[in-house]
Amino acid sequence: MVQPDVLSQPFELGFTYTRSTGPVVGRFLTGLRQRRIFGVRASDGRVIVPPAEYDPHTAAALDDFVEVGQEGEIVSWCWVAQPRAAHPMQRPFAWAMIRLDGADIPMIHCIAAASPDELATGARVRAVWADEPRGFITDIRCFELVGKAGASPAPATGEDAGELEPVDRIETPIYLHYHFTAGSAPARFLTRIKQGVLTGQRCPRCANVYIPPRGSCPACGVPTQEEVVLPDKATVQSFTVVAIPIPNNPIKPPFVVANLVLDGANISFIHLMSECENADVHIGQRVQAVWKPADEWTYAMDNIRYFKPIDEPDVPVDKIGKLPITGLEG
Amino acid sequence: MAKLAAVVGIGQTHYKTRRGDVSIAGLVREAAVNALEDAGLGWDDIEAVIIGKAPDMFEGVVMPEIYLSDALGCNGKPMLRVHTAGSVGGSTALVAASHVQSGMFKRVLTVTYEKQSESNAMWALSTPQPFSAHLNAGAGGYFAPIIREYMRRSGAPYDVGIKVAVKDRLHGARNPLAHLRLPNITAKEVEDSMMLWDPIRFLEACPSSDGACAMVIAAEDLVGQSPKAPAWIRGVAMRSEPTMYAGREEVNPQAGRDCAADVYRQAGITDPRRDLDCAEVYVPFSWYEPMWLENLGFAPQGEGWKLTMAGATSLDEGGDIPWNCSGGVLSSNPIGASGMIRFAEAARQVRGDAGAHQVEGAKLALGHAYGGGAQFFAMWVVGANKP
Repeated sequence: MVQPDVLSQPFELGFTYTRSTGPVVGRFLTGLRQRRIFGVRASDGRVIVPPAEYDPHTAAALDDFVEVGQEGEIVSWCWVAQPRAAHPMQRPFAWAMIRLDGADIPMIHCIAAASPDELATGARVRAVWADEPRGFITDIRCFELVGKAGASPAPATGEDAGELEPVDRIETPIYLHYHFTAGSAPARFLTRIKQGVLTGQRCPRCANVYIPPRGSCPACGVPTQEEVVLPDKATVQSFTVVAIPIPNNPIKPPFVVANLVLDGANISFIHLMSECENADVHIGQRVQAVWKPADEWTYAMDNIRYFKPIDEPDVPVDKIGKLPITGLEG
Repeated sequence: MAKLAAVVGIGQTHYKTRRGDVSIAGLVREAAVNALEDAGLGWDDIEAVIIGKAPDMFEGVVMPEIYLSDALGCNGKPMLRVHTAGSVGGSTALVAASHVQSGMFKRVLTVTYEKQSESNAMWALSTPQPFSAHLNAGAGGYFAPIIREYMRRSGAPYDVGIKVAVKDRLHGARNPLAHLRLPNITAKEVEDSMMLWDPIRFLEACPSSDGACAMVIAAEDLVGQSPKAPAWIRGVAMRSEPTMYAGREEVNPQAGRDCAADVYRQAGITDPRRDLDCAEVYVPFSWYEPMWLENLGFAPQGEGWKLTMAGATSLDEGGDIPWNCSGGVLSSNPIGASGMIRFAEAARQVRGDAGAHQVEGAKLALGHAYGGGAQFFAMWVVGANKP
């Protein structure tokens, strides 16, 4: 048995979301754009900043907005000695719960300070505004200690919003980065396909052959270990003609994505079909892999560029997914 | 033995391409408040809250149940989130129902939603995967080959899907909450619409919607405290199966057949076409109507399309078993809520409260949802009469 390489790949999962703020959060963000901070009065009279849409105790809808101060006091804090790329500051800073003057519930924001020794519960801080507020939480660039050398001049407040529309929609880019490590069965498959060999696994109980293998049979729930080398000829089990471009994929629509079953396999996978008229593709059609040049092979199904029709008789529908490794004539 | 429970309140939002006027919290709140008003109840009358939505990639909010607890009055109450892909609206209703049927809770609020305008549903469902070719093209790309296989084996005429697409949009035109309201839609218009994933045309596919749906489910002894007629829960069932295994029947999944058999047995149904008055069934692509007509036992295998073509499922044609009188998923599709809308619309029918899409005298109705690679199924049967 070929020992697989350990395969790990960086992987990004993300989207730039377009979020509707609703009237309450929208009011807060509109205020920030004017360098003003608004909270909302809850049913028990306490002022919550940033404003909550619904009362945490009574569930009542809240809309009694209250402007609060730009200064406040530290309730609690946590020093970040080694900031990460996603942090708001790229030098050591503190995350803090800050109770603004006129508010009852502290809000979380960051504090710029030279060292954690400067921080204390009850210490006074003041908002530092971005040069060009745009209606986002980062319009408050950070808070800084009141009275420290190098403090910013007191910010202008209460600027007229002018012609600007209230903020009701924000973009929130959320991109997560993973290192994906392939499991042993996929790693084995990918190690072999880098050598131009298609390798499935046979279930010891039902004898069905899976490719790409997953290391277990989803029907029987038992591990699969026996490897089966399969030819690169397949049968069309079904297919679709896709008219929509796939983002970051150079292939131009309309293109055929087919559910293909390799000879000797009992499960289909999807791949492209080409070197054919889309209108001629049909269930039961015989196809064969068209490989990239061997020096381009890597750990990917993409080593097969696509499948193309071959001059063999169609497979009867009841035989699709049940052919031996030797194919229809076997 | 399950205790008796009934739907005593139903609330929905308007389904639209984009509800830019509300946050996600505002959206679910709207449906929940509508359901409480319909039930003549307030937040204090609710003992537990069960919410559901489809994958978090749709809005990029992970664990939204935490953020939504204020909006849904959950302070001091149990709150639970359910997730079974596209069937989640149905399974969430069933989890809520079982809270009451178990005897542990007297009144439960259940809410499902999707705010699809915050991202792009098609590509949130089909992200690139490590070590794989990126050929997945949304739900349509996944289901199109399965539909093609149904067309082959049934020998159905090419225009069955077109007929369903027109029928459900005409139903939707009767429903003031529907996203698509197309009273003048024609078969030619559907046929001429762009082929997206052959054999699925643009107008044979569901829209992307923002919206939420909520229900209040009450125990037998509290049903009378709500002013409107209840919908008694007569049967509940869920089944699941793996996405892919050798020999899997993808056109007519075993899990769907088993789920239907279970819910019919509980409700005393032996012939669903005869015994039920109407059904709300998850049909996101038009051809799934004839496919599910067979899977759910309304027609013999290979003959579901004949019911569709004969008008049996059409309210406008006076069919004997109208399907998706609300317009169905083809008219409104806030994914996480779509299953619950089916369950709620079935309940509206037996409450006699379905407005212009009411089936005259409906007493027994099926609500159905499916999700994932047609591998999660959730169904209930609701009735006007107490069992």
